[in-house]
Amino acid sequence: MSGLRSFVARRLLLGVAQTVAVVLLVFALTEALPGDAAVALAGDQPDPARIEAIRAAMHLDRPAYERLADWAAGLLHGDLGTSLTSGRPVSRYIADGFGPTLLLAGLTVALLVPAGFGLGVLAARREGGPVDRLISSVTLAVYAVPEFALGVLLVTVFALNLGWLPPTALGYGTDLLAHPAALVLPVLVLLARPVCSLSRLVRAGMIDALASPYVAQARRYGVSAARVRYTHALPGALAPAAQQLARTVDWLLCGVIVVEALYVIPGLGTVLLNAVAERDVPVVQGLAVVFGVLTVVLNLGADLVAHRLAPRAGVTA
Amino acid sequence: MHDERFPGLRRRGFLAATTGAAALALVGCGGGDTDDKADSGSGTPKRGGRLRAAFAGGGASETLDPHLAGLFADVARAKALFDKLADYGADLSAEPRLATKWEANKALDRWQVTLREATFHDGRPVTAKDVLYSYRRIADPKKAFRAKASLEPIDLDASRATGERTIEFVLKRPTAEFPNILAAFGAYIVPEDTADGDFDKKPIGSGPFRFVSFSPGRSAVFRRNDDYWDGAPHLDELEFVVANEESARVNALLGGQVEYAHELNPTTARAHEGKGQIEIVRLRNSAMQAFCMKTDRAPFDDKRVREAFFLIADRQELVDGALSGAGVVGNDLFGKGYEYYADDLPQREQDLDRARALLKKAGAEKLKVTLDTSAVAAGFTEAASIFRDQAKKAGVTVEVKMGSKDSYWSDILDNGTLCCYRSGAMPIEAHISQRLLTDSTTNATKWKHKDFDALYQQAQSTRDKTERAAVYERMQRRLYAEGGFLIWGFADWIIGTARGVKGVETKAPANTLDWARFDKVWLA
Repeated sequence: MSGLRSFVARRLLLGVAQTVAVVLLVFALTEALPGDAAVALAGDQPDPARIEAIRAAMHLDRPAYERLADWAAGLLHGDLGTSLTSGRPVSRYIADGFGPTLLLAGLTVALLVPAGFGLGVLAARREGGPVDRLISSVTLAVYAVPEFALGVLLVTVFALNLGWLPPTALGYGTDLLAHPAALVLPVLVLLARPVCSLSRLVRAGMIDALASPYVAQARRYGVSAARVRYTHALPGALAPAAQQLARTVDWLLCGVIVVEALYVIPGLGTVLLNAVAERDVPVVQGLAVVFGVLTVVLNLGADLVAHRLAPRAGVTA
Repeated sequence: MHDERFPGLRRRGFLAATTGAAALALVGCGGGDTDDKADSGSGTPKRGGRLRAAFAGGGASETLDPHLAGLFADVARAKALFDKLADYGADLSAEPRLATKWEANKALDRWQVTLREATFHDGRPVTAKDVLYSYRRIADPKKAFRAKASLEPIDLDASRATGERTIEFVLKRPTAEFPNILAAFGAYIVPEDTADGDFDKKPIGSGPFRFVSFSPGRSAVFRRNDDYWDGAPHLDELEFVVANEESARVNALLGGQVEYAHELNPTTARAHEGKGQIEIVRLRNSAMQAFCMKTDRAPFDDKRVREAFFLIADRQELVDGALSGAGVVGNDLFGKGYEYYADDLPQREQDLDRARALLKKAGAEKLKVTLDTSAVAAGFTEAASIFRDQAKKAGVTVEVKMGSKDSYWSDILDNGTLCCYRSGAMPIEAHISQRLLTDSTTNATKWKHKDFDALYQQAQSTRDKTERAAVYERMQRRLYAEGGFLIWGFADWIIGTARGVKGVETKAPANTLDWARFDKVWLA
């Protein structure tokens, strides 16, 4: 098992390096954007004296490397810094935005796994049959619809025409669990595309696995069809699906901006969008760190699962 | 606890928040507008209920500090909790609010202001000291509060309280339009010794609503102030919610989640107007739309070229195309419908022959200019390409250049020669002093003329209003003839309300007293 441990250690080290690189890149890119926070804040009152005053008050007149060093030093103490625009701690921005995003992501994944795997297995079982063709064509069609369009469509039909569900989560704030109906449409939109990609992956993996020599061997031993399917073929098909799932979770957590904006859910995506518009660099950096760490951890987890399920496939896949 | 070095300076200025203004505007500008109130009918106000109002907001950085108010949502909230000494009427003239009267000395550089009897939400009376405290806080040289520039003419060190409810303001120079300063954006009165941190926890004002709760970027709940000096509001409660996406605001309104949605698109208005589901309210003359020519550099340093450009514009086509027909044509002057607006000047029409002749005389045939634009305000890029096509017919090649959204206003201030421009409502005097004097801080047309400055000073030292209006008219005639602002239209502001919402004022350009004023609104 020491091989596995060194693999994890290497991956974690690589992850730290990746996170640092992401943060440096974010810093460099925000510096390279035209206009700094002072200009963005001054808006259509670009009185040069006012911009200078804002710049001085925000300490933007100091060289970039000093600001970066200050921020990095704070980070080592677990301090993500304070927002340039409001002076509130960045950690509070992230903590506030995390709840709704986590809730959305959690619900989506909870539904995504059974739906994606179920559809994939079902399609694989009936390979070439009408069920398979129906599932394949519907998933392809749904996958092709952009989230925004799907979101607008769902609101129009289910909220405005039929009146079954609330059109947005406006005014519910972070207390979304108290209004579960408001979560239905956003989760549906979030679910739509990942379900398609996941079920197609599972289907392909299952078909490959069912055609493999080891499954044929199991069949020859007289193992029941269901058992062959679920204990011999499915695990082989899971490895790529697990990695796809990790990427999906990552995508969900990093703030699904379109869905949050459309349904007014105050999550991380909204925080990020506002922070970029305001050139609120500390908030953007804080989010970059959080997203970076999440990505590393999730992908590590997925690789471990893949490693366990299909050791021969190699962990670097 | 945390670093309060710059508490909540807001992204994008107040007028920048009018970003949507252009798009918002109205659809088809037909029909006479005779009603003052939207569907107020003859109903008598009914007491009670909670109104939920959706605005575009500033996200997690929002604050209730009224002196930081920069976005429409901020101003609407500030207006519910706080008062100013004066505020703008529908024609952008100052109306008394907390101040009952103001009187100037002969030289117009000392003003006696008397306050009405009003109380803050904690029961303390509003006094002269609170006023001076508030103004000194805004003018703090270390801060960049938005109203700071507006208060600049006041010498706050020399000004003093002459009684519990009387103040003597000493000005640095004669200022006939002093009441405009009292009505300036963000010049709200807060109780003496309010600390920066108090605003988000328990803001105390003298406004029509009292604070209940607030969470930045999400919701703010206020309750009726029964002791309000202007009469208690009809509503029991008022909630502000924030949704930056226009479609989300519309959907929430249609789905019954809110009763008032601010800033709607013309297409939305067109889709729902007269269908009975929701009411559409259009506020005219809310946003000036212009092209801005730099008068200090070629080719626009020649006034014949400027006049030619005035004549190139087909204004109705611009209004129809860039504002989706939602608005009215402009006449190269700011402030249509406002106090002192020179409305007897002939409406400028497209005249390509004359434009070509003028360009020829100026030796500017086959002229090529770059027009700076950006997606910073709705309709900007559309206006630019429409104007490019119009200019082509006069033999002028206009090259449209897209700029960055976030630094646009600062980029165009000194660079380029021709750009898209727009502005929210403000008194004509403020437009002149901020943009058209030699020492104006945001003089984007580089209009710098000593004699024009002198006329402005003359207006400010003229006591008699008719005489003053005559001076303003002279200034406007000059701008009409050879100024740098090609003002082609005025966009309307569109608001949607649920059917039961009554008492929403329609003759109130965005930024004025009756706009987003919820103490006079009721739920039928």
